Amino acid sequence: MQVPAPFEYERATSVDQAIGLLERLGSSARLVAGGHSLLPMMKLRLANFEYLIDINDLHAELGYIRLSDDEVRIGAMTRHRELLESDVLAGVFPIFRDAEKVIADPIVRNRGTLGGSLCQADPSEDLSAVCTTLDASCVIRGPGGSERVVTMEEFHVGPYETAVADNEILTEVRIPRKTFRVGSAYAKVERRAGDWAVVSAGAAVWLDQGRIVDARVGLAAVGPNTTGIPEISAALRGHEPDESLFELAGAIAARSCEPVTDTRGSADYKRHLADELTRRTLRKAVERARS
Amino acid sequence: MTDIQDKKLTEFDDNDQHPVGFGRMLRKEDARLLRGRGRFVDDVQLPGMLHLAILRSPFAHANIVSIDTSAAEASPGVKAVVTGETLKGLGLAWMPTLSNDVQAVLATDRVRFQGQEVAFVVAEDRYQARDALELIDVEYDVLEPVVDVRKALDPDAPVIRTDLEGKTDNHVFDWETGDEEETNRVFASADVIVKEDIVYPRVHPAPMETCGSVADFDPVEGRLRLWSTTQAPHAHRTLYAIVAGIPEHKIQVIAPDIGGGFGNKVPIYPGYVHSIVGSIVTGKPVKWMEDRSENLISTGFARDYIMRAEIAATAEGRILAIRTNVLADHGAFNGTAAPVKYPAGFFGVFTGSYDIQAAHCKMTAVYTNKAPGGVAYACSFRITEAVYLVERIVDALAYELRMDPAELRLKNFIQPEQFPYTTKTGWVYDSGNYEPTMRLAMEMAGYEELRKEQELKRARGELMGIGISFFTEAVGAGPRKNMDILGLGMADGCELRVHPTGKAVVRLSVKTQGQGHETTFAQIIAEELGIPPADIDVLHGDTDNTPFGLGTYGSRSTPVSGAAAALVARKVRDKAKLIASAMLEVSVADLDWVKGAFQVKGDPGRSVTIQEIAFRAHGAGDLPDGVEGGLEAQICYNPSNLTYPHGAYICVVDIDPGTAEVKVRRFIAVDDCGTRINPMIIEGQVHGGLTDGVGMALMEMISFDEDGNCLGASLMDYLIPTALEVPDWETGYTVTPSPHHPIGAKGIGESATVGSPPAIVNAVVDALKPFGIRHADMPLTPSRVWDAMRGQATPPI
Ligand SMILES: Cc1cc2nc3c(=O)[nH]c(=O)nc-3n(C[C@H](O)[C@H](O)[C@H](O)COP(=O)(O)OP(=O)(O)OC[C@H]3O[C@@H](n4cnc5c(N)ncnc54)[C@H](O)[C@@H]3O)c2cc1C
Repeated sequence: MQVPAPFEYERATSVDQAIGLLERLGSSARLVAGGHSLLPMMKLRLANFEYLIDINDLHAELGYIRLSDDEVRIGAMTRHRELLESDVLAGVFPIFRDAEKVIADPIVRNRGTLGGSLCQADPSEDLSAVCTTLDASCVIRGPGGSERVVTMEEFHVGPYETAVADNEILTEVRIPRKTFRVGSAYAKVERRAGDWAVVSAGAAVWLDQGRIVDARVGLAAVGPNTTGIPEISAALRGHEPDESLFELAGAIAARSCEPVTDTRGSADYKRHLADELTRRTLRKAVERARS
Repeated sequence: MTDIQDKKLTEFDDNDQHPVGFGRMLRKEDARLLRGRGRFVDDVQLPGMLHLAILRSPFAHANIVSIDTSAAEASPGVKAVVTGETLKGLGLAWMPTLSNDVQAVLATDRVRFQGQEVAFVVAEDRYQARDALELIDVEYDVLEPVVDVRKALDPDAPVIRTDLEGKTDNHVFDWETGDEEETNRVFASADVIVKEDIVYPRVHPAPMETCGSVADFDPVEGRLRLWSTTQAPHAHRTLYAIVAGIPEHKIQVIAPDIGGGFGNKVPIYPGYVHSIVGSIVTGKPVKWMEDRSENLISTGFARDYIMRAEIAATAEGRILAIRTNVLADHGAFNGTAAPVKYPAGFFGVFTGSYDIQAAHCKMTAVYTNKAPGGVAYACSFRITEAVYLVERIVDALAYELRMDPAELRLKNFIQPEQFPYTTKTGWVYDSGNYEPTMRLAMEMAGYEELRKEQELKRARGELMGIGISFFTEAVGAGPRKNMDILGLGMADGCELRVHPTGKAVVRLSVKTQGQGHETTFAQIIAEELGIPPADIDVLHGDTDNTPFGLGTYGSRSTPVSGAAAALVARKVRDKAKLIASAMLEVSVADLDWVKGAFQVKGDPGRSVTIQEIAFRAHGAGDLPDGVEGGLEAQICYNPSNLTYPHGAYICVVDIDPGTAEVKVRRFIAVDDCGTRINPMIIEGQVHGGLTDGVGMALMEMISFDEDGNCLGASLMDYLIPTALEVPDWETGYTVTPSPHHPIGAKGIGESATVGSPPAIVNAVVDALKPFGIRHADMPLTPSRVWDAMRGQATPPI
């Protein structure tokens, strides 16, 4: 049986109480949300923590999807399954449902959370790519009720490293809504259902009078972090979408990423997929924006 | 995400036909297993039981400089810490493998693969045992590992088996079969020769239940009870007696419910021996249950053959000869599970289902710094590799001849009147009728239409492939004159007891790991005696109350034990007949057997049922002269030959030209395993094996980095397929009974695992034909398919 090293366990009763515990226990403590990234690492003894603070009881407080005119707010404890099943979310940003269909399996999705996914900051993690694509920002709360909001670029500091300090909690993700027609899509190549991405890509396109006012692409598993590619946005803005534009975007994606060869595939193949999936998701996003 | 089609539940309506004998019926064991009433090794709880955890080597090759166990010994709850040195003192540091090599129970001098057992801890609970492992301080002197099998025999390669006296290289054995000279002669005169280097990568059986044991040694009685995950309880008992020096009658091996074996649970692993030593040392029962990573990195792997295949043919597509040269990676210890006279298992059947003029194989096996094994994994003793070899090279020949692969096969089949057929490597195929099986598969697939569809799709740039494989297996080891494992003949016993009320218990020497023995064997007895299967209990797995025999692997249960069951029932029936003649007051010659009863010839009104006879056998009143009371019999069956099931498989794949992802769209499997006892169970075995095949063809591989670290140490890294990767299986059958088996049955357990990988790979290669591809090695992951599409296919090792 794979068992973690001994640790102490406490259930948080509120966000501020959890922050209080984090502050007291410092780097020897970790929050556990869905536990589907943290616990496997602890069982394999790749990570050992003295204390776990369980924030699942905060689901009532931090599990939500709220839609307003100018943004979508999603609580950090919102489960994969809730993201998958939300028609409201799929209505505005179908990229979420696209992605959730290919993240892990139902058992993992029942527990795993948006906050845990982002905070794990695994380079192959899918929701970070989705949030990057949608230009999301992250709300981080610290001691004394302090709160700061950072962009996805600021949030991801490196592989498995985020801007969230030892005594802070990610509470919410905010996704801006613009007044234009929007379409979004996600695609992933995996060796088998439930496997992490060989490469995945998200795309979002905002159209005004048939022209691209903004377009964003986010890639996973092709670099130290999920990557947004500003050069693609710049190349697409102001144009009417067509195949040659998607091709251009794909070429930029392929050359902007930094994949490595591993058991999932060769670096060359991954670069090729960055191109292929960028084109596919942009095509789909435009199709959705138009319909 | 794949959308799952709505499965019509009515398809399963006819699964329970309540047969008294052969036919579809639900599995008797399923109620227990599905309702959580199964009892597996890890369910065994004994009073005072302690728990064992194993410290394993982080290095593939290193000398052990020192081991300090003092901190672990002082750790809470720890009862014992045992190292190789301790075992050396007991003469237990090494044990024999199934192939007459030796394997370290705990490393003494050196570790030879990553994951090798170095020490173990026994503690009050499993957490304490696991935590104490962290406190054992081992100093290693890291050595250069032998990872690349092709370099294992280089003169400057480090010698792995320094424990073997006088060993100066990494050579394990050379093996040869067929006639080299004749084969060369035929090759020299052939119109066409096709050569291909084919790799069957190392894969792992990965049963859902990992290996484990509970040992309970009673020092007063000198008795050992051992619950363990074993496919061969009797053979294990004998080996423990030999290794541990405990008298055999004082050892009881119990294999309770087993959660999948696939050959993984044939060998004796060090962990089983550790639990025995742990129990002897502490005087308490000791449980060892390995975790998933331990199972994947240290227990018996399968395959790992690098094969050069060559086929010779006439320009018209008449296959003349096949030859092959194989380099086999056996890991650090030769732990292959195969009859001893067959170091390469039954690889000799690589001539396949074709009537050819000559064949030759030369094999070299070597040691590397990888986990030992070379076990089955549903391979019927290396037949998986053999079938893959021949079915791949035949397809390569079709490619060169520009011939349809189905047509090429049909043209070369051994003909029905040629059976029994002796192959050029000396195997005597008992029976077969190949063409109807092949034609049925083609008809079910709509082969002609598929080819037309493919043509249209190719014109549009779409990638669709159709792959065929046709296999003949050799299963049911085996005749004791030439088959044994460590000196134990491969015969199997069976005991049948009919109780006074006509219910029965049958005791087997084989052991199910999911194959459905409790149903199939009840049906065999039912067919012979007319007692409903529900009234027959099948006991197996406990050496104290079952007859001796060699266990379940290599698809041998039905060919060997199934024959024993039929014959033991006939023995009981013969005795019942004597009693019936007394009951009906007619001579034996005047009785007819109508399933379940003896009837007076010409007078159907006068009959006695088997139940009535059973009561009389145990009841008051005299029995005929010379007839003992009771209604029971026992037998030990020695098969006269193996059985040779065959099958025709057709696979249809679609490949996404942009991402190179392979989708198995359809799979048609027509199997001929002779007489069909329970078609539902047969289909279940086939479904499982086909799924295995998808795994091996498309994703599974145990790979290593250059330092010898195993890269497949978890199920995140070692991929096995899910329901989403497999299509709705289309199964069919033909029936060509085995002439020497009492009920004409052949094995089916491994057919699909053997037959499906070549069908899938052939389909992928066929889809890639527009790119001029003739071969690509497994696993055909998207990345490797993409390489192939660009003409850059590489072997996986
Ligand atoms: C078999 C399997 C397959 C998977 N496949 C995929 C896949 O294909 N794609 C994919 O994207 N993911 C995949 N995952 C990961 C899955 O999505 C995880 O659930 C997710 O990555 C982490 O979410 P969690 O809630 O379980 O986080 P946890 O494991 O609980 O936590 C992860 C980390 O985040 C920290 N953390 C959690 N919540 C917060 C918070 N609110 N504030 C600050 N820190 C926090 C924790 O302290 C921990 O360090 C897979 C997981 C498994 C087990």
